[in-house]
Amino acid sequence: MSDAEALRLTQVERRGSTAPLMLLVGSVALYVGVALWTGEIKMLETDGLIGLLQRMVALGVVALGQTFAILAGSIDLSVANLISVAAVLASFIMQGRAEMMLPAVAAVLAVSALVGVVNGALISRLQVNPLIATLGVGLILQGLLSASFTDFAGSVPREFQAVAYGAFGVVPYSVAGLFVLAALCALTLATTRFGAHLYALGGNAEGARLAGIRTDLVTIGAHVVCSLMAGVSGLYLASRLRSGAPWVGRDGVYDLESIAVVVIGGTLLAGGRGGIWGTLAGVLLFATLDAAFNMMGVSAYPKLVLRGAIVIAAVAVYTMRTRDPVA
Amino acid sequence: MTIALKEIGPRSRAVAAVRRINVAVVVFLAFYLAIGLLQPAYLEPAGVMNFLRRAAPLAILASGQLFVLVSGGFDLSVGSLVTLTVIGGSMLTANDPSKTWWAIGALYGIGLVVGLINGAVVAYLRTPSIIATLGTLLSVNGAAMMWSGGSPRGYLPDNFRMFGRFVFHDVPVIKIFPVAIVVLAAVAGLAWWGLHATVFGRRVFAVGDNARAAQLAGVRVEFVRLCVFAISALSAVTAGVMLGGFGGVSVDVGRGLELQAIAACVVGGVQLMGGRGALVGAVAGALTLTALFTLLTLLGWPQPLKETAQGLILIAAVAFGAWRRRRGG
Repeated sequence: MSDAEALRLTQVERRGSTAPLMLLVGSVALYVGVALWTGEIKMLETDGLIGLLQRMVALGVVALGQTFAILAGSIDLSVANLISVAAVLASFIMQGRAEMMLPAVAAVLAVSALVGVVNGALISRLQVNPLIATLGVGLILQGLLSASFTDFAGSVPREFQAVAYGAFGVVPYSVAGLFVLAALCALTLATTRFGAHLYALGGNAEGARLAGIRTDLVTIGAHVVCSLMAGVSGLYLASRLRSGAPWVGRDGVYDLESIAVVVIGGTLLAGGRGGIWGTLAGVLLFATLDAAFNMMGVSAYPKLVLRGAIVIAAVAVYTMRTRDPVA
Repeated sequence: MTIALKEIGPRSRAVAAVRRINVAVVVFLAFYLAIGLLQPAYLEPAGVMNFLRRAAPLAILASGQLFVLVSGGFDLSVGSLVTLTVIGGSMLTANDPSKTWWAIGALYGIGLVVGLINGAVVAYLRTPSIIATLGTLLSVNGAAMMWSGGSPRGYLPDNFRMFGRFVFHDVPVIKIFPVAIVVLAAVAGLAWWGLHATVFGRRVFAVGDNARAAQLAGVRVEFVRLCVFAISALSAVTAGVMLGGFGGVSVDVGRGLELQAIAACVVGGVQLMGGRGALVGAVAGALTLTALFTLLTLLGWPQPLKETAQGLILIAAVAFGAWRRRRGG
């Protein structure tokens, strides 16, 4: 299959999927319905809606990266730990000084990229199962981090807090950033050679290899994107919390939740089919559910129970139609 | 599996016999020897017994997880089920020893329901087991928190804690004999029988190897899946009952145990995505992990570095397995 053909096929597949649209409509209906029902009309005004979008940022950015890993037929369980590493590293290097912002961001991105290369190389070169490879790398990162830091480390300067708290008029930088990143990711998948190779690899790894695609490099590339996104998400969390702690990633369950939203967004867990907009719609659904539970006054623990059930139900909607055996 | 068709000389037969020994057993013995060199008490019978007692819950979890892994799935919900068992045990008994047996029965009932839900979602709704059991992990954790109101209190009655805690003293030769080892032996024996000596066990392997082929050969794939998740859940309740005897009641007794159980199996040579694995490997893997943690503690490593070591051994075990498969075909 030539690049052009592969590209056309993926575009047809994406156009054929109505999942993102359905999720979007469903989320909006749920949000508006609950807001009207509970009489929280102010949640429908600008501030409420911006708040909803802001809930999407941290999970959304990781999930964009996770989409690349899953499309490639891989998966990344190390993102939550990498988020913690990124948040702590950023605030530790900055120590509240504005002039250290650039070195800190550079260091975080460099570490993230390195983690991505390690993940990708373990999977493609040493043929370690992606679940185990990324789980192992995550454990290694978390162990090193928790052994070095036990509490909030350093702090971020006021200038860096703008990442989470600043805004263009009513639109926060962070929300704008999420959508810009999403557009870049979608563009990468739709128009670049790397994007086409990613779909080819996820659809049929052996076929892609026989077609002359350097599948090992594509896997590594997908994991580098995934890890970089986790790093960016860590930077955002450091900015929002004004400091980084070694548990921020794990407490957010970003590893499992990012996988869940990608799959809910219609991306096949086996790889090769799906896309960015579905993932974003999945993130919106999660943010909406959170907001809806809050408006209804559901307390923290029943929320957990419902969330688990919703993850299963949302994925089952897609999978119950397939006839292939799964495990 | 490499079965040579050519004439087998005594030498190559010896080589084959050595190759059939599970690598995890060798690694475990090496680790344990190192522990013994650092702390000779571990080499005495009482030391060995105590070590086995502490390794028992993980070995039991790994024995249950083995069924799911061999069938080609994952069960991520077992850690949360352990937490639910310990918290549920304290809520149901409410410090009244006479309620213990009834409570344990009820907990097994809850575990069975969770396992059947996992199995049904995977088998009939065809949801990948990672997602399905992740969902139950979240729900079961939430349920445990709800049940205890977020702050579990009190402790379990002594006869509940017996399974993890009670030790026979003054036993000849081995000095002490913990009840936990009896439970471990019973569970491991039952699991070995179920997986390696029954038709059901053959079917689990068949489903994990190639579910479509198994189905065409007449195996009721859905039913097998339902069973393996139920088995895993029941092993989690068993491990929970034992861990309840180890320490107090807390909301994070089970945290991370699902990954440790999978890690134990992987270290023991169980192949992810199904079709290959042995009970000896799962138990030896659990012992290896426990020995590794003990060794690191003795070496005075900070607690968090245990995770790092676990990550390294996990990757090394799988990379080694993949390398051996590539070489051995």
